[in-house]
Amino acid sequence: MEKFLHLRSRAVPLPIENVDTDQIIPARFLKATNRDGFGNNLFRDWRYHKDGSENKEFVLNNNQFEGEVLIAGHNFGCGSSREHAAWALSDYGFKVIVSSFFADIFKGNALNNGVLPIQVSDKFLKTLIETVNDKPETTIEVNLKDQYIAVEGLNLKESFDIDTYKKTCLINGYDDIDFLVSKKTKIEAFEKHLLTNPR
Amino acid sequence: MGKTLFDKVWDAHVVHRIDNGPQILYIDKHLIHEVTSPQAFKELEQRQIPVFRPEQIVATADHNTPTQNQHLPVKDKLSRKQLEQLSENCKKNNIQLYQLGHKYNGIVHVMAPELGITQPGMSIVCGDSHTSTHGAFGTIAFGIGTSQVAQVFASQCLLLTKPKSMRITVNGTLKKGVLPKDVILFIISKIGTNAGTGYFCEYAGEVFENMSMEGRMTVCNMSIEMGARGGMIAPDETTFEYVKGRKFAPMGEEWEAKLKYWKSLPTDSDAKFDKEYSFDASDIEPMITFGTNPGMGIKINGSIPEHKDASFEKALKYMNFEKGNQLVNTTINYVFIGSCTNSRIEDFRVAANFVKGKHKAKNVTAWLVPGSKQVEKQIEDEGLKTIFTEAGFELRQPGCSACLAMNDDKIPSGEYCVSTSNRNFEGRQGQGSRTLLASPLVAAATAVEGKIVDITQYLN
Repeated sequence: MEKFLHLRSRAVPLPIENVDTDQIIPARFLKATNRDGFGNNLFRDWRYHKDGSENKEFVLNNNQFEGEVLIAGHNFGCGSSREHAAWALSDYGFKVIVSSFFADIFKGNALNNGVLPIQVSDKFLKTLIETVNDKPETTIEVNLKDQYIAVEGLNLKESFDIDTYKKTCLINGYDDIDFLVSKKTKIEAFEKHLLTNPR
Repeated sequence: MGKTLFDKVWDAHVVHRIDNGPQILYIDKHLIHEVTSPQAFKELEQRQIPVFRPEQIVATADHNTPTQNQHLPVKDKLSRKQLEQLSENCKKNNIQLYQLGHKYNGIVHVMAPELGITQPGMSIVCGDSHTSTHGAFGTIAFGIGTSQVAQVFASQCLLLTKPKSMRITVNGTLKKGVLPKDVILFIISKIGTNAGTGYFCEYAGEVFENMSMEGRMTVCNMSIEMGARGGMIAPDETTFEYVKGRKFAPMGEEWEAKLKYWKSLPTDSDAKFDKEYSFDASDIEPMITFGTNPGMGIKINGSIPEHKDASFEKALKYMNFEKGNQLVNTTINYVFIGSCTNSRIEDFRVAANFVKGKHKAKNVTAWLVPGSKQVEKQIEDEGLKTIFTEAGFELRQPGCSACLAMNDDKIPSGEYCVSTSNRNFEGRQGQGSRTLLASPLVAAATAVEGKIVDITQYLN
C-alpha cells in the first residue's frame, strides 16, 4: 500500500447525501477480476448520459473543479461492501474523502487502499463546500500525522479522529495481512484452545 | 453486569487485543462468491501466502449467473471468465465450491443456512454486505471488503474494532398481511439509513420470537440498510429445530454439547446496550418505498411525506413522484420476487397463496427467482410451480438476479419495479430503473393487479 503522510490539493465538491456504492461504481462494472481501471466508471451514471455523452452538470465534468480531495455529503459510501468503490475513487485519483459521516464498510475499504476518509463536523463540511464552490482554486491541506484538515489562506481548520493502528498503517504503507500473518502462532494457539474447549 | 448475545459471541472469538487498537477476531466460516474474491486470491498469490484454512471456506456462484439455461455455457464473456476464475481458485486451494447447476448452488445467504453451515454462536464473514442475514441464528455475521477477504484467506482472522451494541424491541402481534419484510422496512423508515452505523443490532421481543427462521433472515438481512454491520436474534427452539438434521449440522453427542452452549447465548437480563429502540407491532402496516434509499418507506396506503431537502428532492425527481402523492393505483409493469432478502420457500408460499386461482395483469412481467436449487426443488415439490405458471409468472433459476442486475435480468430504464429485494438505489436493478421495495405479498398483489393496491383493504 502507498504511504500517506501529508497532502495539499484542490477539491471537488459533491454535496449529495447518502451517496451509495451503486452510484460510486454500478454493479455492471464488477465483472473484472483485477483491481485496475475502475476510475473510468467512477460515478458512471451521474457522469455520463445513457448514450455515453458527458453530463455537463455533474461536478467531475466541470473543469473548474479538480484535485485529490472529494468533499461529499452525509453518509457517504452506504450500501454494498464492494471494495470496487474504493478502487474506483483511488484509480480516478482521489486520496482523501471528506464527509460528515461515512458508512462502516466503505470506511474500512478506503483505509485498506490508502484512501483517507476524514469525518468532519456538519458545520465544517458546509463551510468547506461553500468555500470551494465560491473559489474552486482553494487549496485544502491534510496532515495525517497531526490529524487536521485546513483551508490554506483562511482561518479554517478542524482536527479529525483516526484509529491509532490504522494511522500507523497509512503512514508506513503497511496493511493488515502483514500484521495478521505475523500473529500466526497466536492464532494457532487459539485454534488449539478451541479444540479442547469447544463452543 | 450481564453480557449481551453479541458480547458473548464476540468475546468467544477474540484471539488477541492490541493496546489502544483493534482486536484480532477469529472467523469460523468464510463464504465466498465470484465477484468479490478474485482480487483477494490474486493478492495472496502475488505475496506467496497460502490459504490458511481452506476447509473453513465455502464457495458458491450467485451474483453474476444467468437465471435461464444454466446448463449451457454462460454467454457473457466477462461473467463466464469470472465464474471460471472462481472454479480455478477453489480447485487450486482445495475450497468446496457449489458451482452453477450443483444441487446445493444458490445465493450465498440462502444456501449456507439451508445446508446447516450457519450455526448459532459462530462468526461468519463474506464479501457481501447482506452477510448480516446469518445473524438470524445468533451468529456474528457481517460483510467485508475484498482486502479483508484476503486477510481471512491468509489468517482466518480479521482486525476489527468492536462495534457498539444496539437493541430494537418489537412487542405485540403483527396485523394480518404484515410480513417480516414490512417489519424491517418500518424500522428503517423510522430510524433512518445510518442509525445503525458503528453498531451491531439485536432484534428482540415477541414479534421476532414468534417469527420463522425465514422471517428472521429477512429482518437480519436488511440490518445493513440502516447502517448496522450486523443484526442478531437470540437462538431458541425455532433456531434449533431449523438447524437440526441439516447436511452440516452437528449430530449425536456433538449436537447435545452445542445445544447446551447455544442455550447459554441469549442476552442476560441485566445486560446494557449502547442504544435502544422500541416499537409496537400494532403500529406496523404493509410497507412500500417511494425513494432511492431503503429508509424512504411509507405504509402502502400512505402519502409521500413533505420534506425540504435537496437529496430528498433529487430522489423524488429520479422516481418521478411528487410530495403528498399516494402510491396506490400507480401502474407497475415489473415485479421481482427474489434476492437474499426474500427468496426462501416461505416467501414463495405467501406469493402462491395469494396468486392461486388468479392471473397476472397483462401489462406485468413477473419474475420469480428462487434463492437456491433446493428452494427451486421445493417450489416444484409443493406444487407452487403449477400455480405460478398457470398465473402467468415466470419461474427462473436461482441467483441474485434482478436484485443487482449484474446479469441479463435488468429492469428497463424509467420503469417501476415492485421488488422484494433490499435496495432501491438509483439504477440498482438496471440503468434508469426505479425500484419500490415491498414484501412478497405486496409484490404478488401488484403482479395480479398491474398496479399498486392497498393490500390491507384487499385482505379484508
